[in-house]
Amino acid sequence: MTSWQNNRAARDARIAAGAGLARGKVVEAHDVTRLLEAVVRSGDRVCLEGDNQKQADLLSRALLAVDLSKVNDLHMVQSGVVLPEHLDLFDRGVAKRLDYAYSGPQSARIARMLFGGKIELGAVHTYLELFARYFIDLTPHVALIAAVSADREGNLYTGPNTEDTPTVVEATAFKDGVVIAQVNEIVDTVPRVDIPADRVHFIVKADKPFFVEPLFTRDPAAITEGQILTAMLAIKGVYAPYGVQRLNHGIGFSTAAIELLLPTFGERLGLKGTIASHFALNPHPALIPAIESGWVRQIHSFGSEVGMDDYIRARSDVYFTGSDGSLRSNRAFCQTAGLYACDMFIGSTLQIDLQGNSSTVTTSRIAGFGGAPNMGADARGRRHPSEPWLKAGAEADPDGSALMRRGRKLVVQIGETFGDKNVPLFVEKLDAIELAEKLKLDLAPVMIYGDDVTHIITEEGVANLLLCRTAQEREQAIRGVAGYTDVGRRRDHGMVSRLRERGVIRRPEDLGINPLDADRSLLAARSIKDLVRWSGGLYAPPSKFRNW
Amino acid sequence: MEDLNFQHQVRARAGGTRQRAIVGVVASGNLEVLVERSLPDAECVVDIKTAAMGFGAVWSAVIGDFVERYSPGGLKFSINDGGARPDTVSLRLAQAVRLIAEAGQ
Repeated sequence: MTSWQNNRAARDARIAAGAGLARGKVVEAHDVTRLLEAVVRSGDRVCLEGDNQKQADLLSRALLAVDLSKVNDLHMVQSGVVLPEHLDLFDRGVAKRLDYAYSGPQSARIARMLFGGKIELGAVHTYLELFARYFIDLTPHVALIAAVSADREGNLYTGPNTEDTPTVVEATAFKDGVVIAQVNEIVDTVPRVDIPADRVHFIVKADKPFFVEPLFTRDPAAITEGQILTAMLAIKGVYAPYGVQRLNHGIGFSTAAIELLLPTFGERLGLKGTIASHFALNPHPALIPAIESGWVRQIHSFGSEVGMDDYIRARSDVYFTGSDGSLRSNRAFCQTAGLYACDMFIGSTLQIDLQGNSSTVTTSRIAGFGGAPNMGADARGRRHPSEPWLKAGAEADPDGSALMRRGRKLVVQIGETFGDKNVPLFVEKLDAIELAEKLKLDLAPVMIYGDDVTHIITEEGVANLLLCRTAQEREQAIRGVAGYTDVGRRRDHGMVSRLRERGVIRRPEDLGINPLDADRSLLAARSIKDLVRWSGGLYAPPSKFRNW
Repeated sequence: MEDLNFQHQVRARAGGTRQRAIVGVVASGNLEVLVERSLPDAECVVDIKTAAMGFGAVWSAVIGDFVERYSPGGLKFSINDGGARPDTVSLRLAQAVRLIAEAGQ
């Protein structure tokens, strides 16, 4: 007779094998490796929760220590490859195959291991893409997750850094997988239930709180006059004319400068209430002055940010909070919000080519995609209109029928023409192409495709690619804001000045901005200490930013 | 270190009466510009000491655009560069012209 419940039976057998090491659902930290040897099978798909910020670090170390004769050749399906242990798993042979989205601090080592054949790569994804595959063809057999606290039944409180956990658990627990959670503490009653107990099979109390990286804090003291100038151009040249209210900011100093100019430069332009009111955004400390000045109505977050907990709790009109008062973040929902409900993405990148394709890959680093490609892409399934979206669509296709014409998301790349160590932002050919050739990838790792980019902003001006009608115009519009880079100096001066007459390129003076006014005194906060002061002492920056 | 020197004929004298001014700082990624009103009205000289080798063509383009845009006649610029980016150089030169154009000594 055919059995239709083999997977459920296998899941129950795994849980039974682990139950001997548990009291109820609770397993002691020193027994975790034995628990994993009992529950995980060789070749399993395993999601070791490595988010953009929060890391299941105790479970990573425990998995690394398994007896290779019992557990090997795992297929890791995790959004972030962030800790050294995540890659040690492949060096040791515990894991063999990898599907991931983001590798931030491990980007150089992951590149070496891919070249060296230590890792069999499935694909590099965006967050939403990998989450989607959790439900179709990359469903985890075992999920190793991190939470702030658990009660004895296994109800979990994931706290401000909920991030990916609900998505990972949904895919695993409802498809016959096993969920093991490391928690900072076991309590009688959790502050709120982020994950219900019947989706959690084992809990482990960690010896120290899970690791969280403060990824989204930018010290205002490090913002340059060049970044202030590009921020002024962005506000006056893009935010204002399109009336962009719903948006996402990438990380980086240029967008931090924009956040800090809203209450000063933006206020003087009379833009309050007309731009930058609804965000899909982590709790950036740099946005505190704009929030305190009444610019920001609402923010939904992918994750949290170290030091922002008390401030968020006290500003629940702005942030999403739970019944306990603390932030509830959710990466999958916030990515969806950024894709479908925002009219603009603005962020920096490392390389832009002559078609406007951009990449953060260099020949020795594979940082992955994270969320930018979803934020920075036109959502082809979008159907609701908004003014910025319709205006951008009309600029791209002025002769089309208004009723039949798609709108366009504003996808803005902002940066200085030369980056760190005088490395040019503009290149003839992306390093990503060379990397794809070397690794024999089917696709070059392009962060944002040129046909999705609508504007490029540098200290030299704003290029509106929506108004370009030919590939040649597009190339010259890009060269025309590429400054003194080789790409910029090889511009066709006649064509660039004609593009400027048409408003395709707008220089600072065309926007009534004097570069000499780009001064640090324009920043609403000029230091981390200023941000603390703006927050009324609620923002508690991590020690590495306490430089006063 | 590399020493560069650029001399331009310019269409008009720089405004103001101040004799000298200094902007910027000598630091990595930054530069210091000393500007002195010491040349005939139709001349401009820029002397550069830079820590970054091999950027002569970029400097030439930056200085050329600057002279064209601000017409800094009669001014001699002495630059101590710590590997500043071209946009920072343009900004400091413009700041120097603004400062020396003020009334004063």
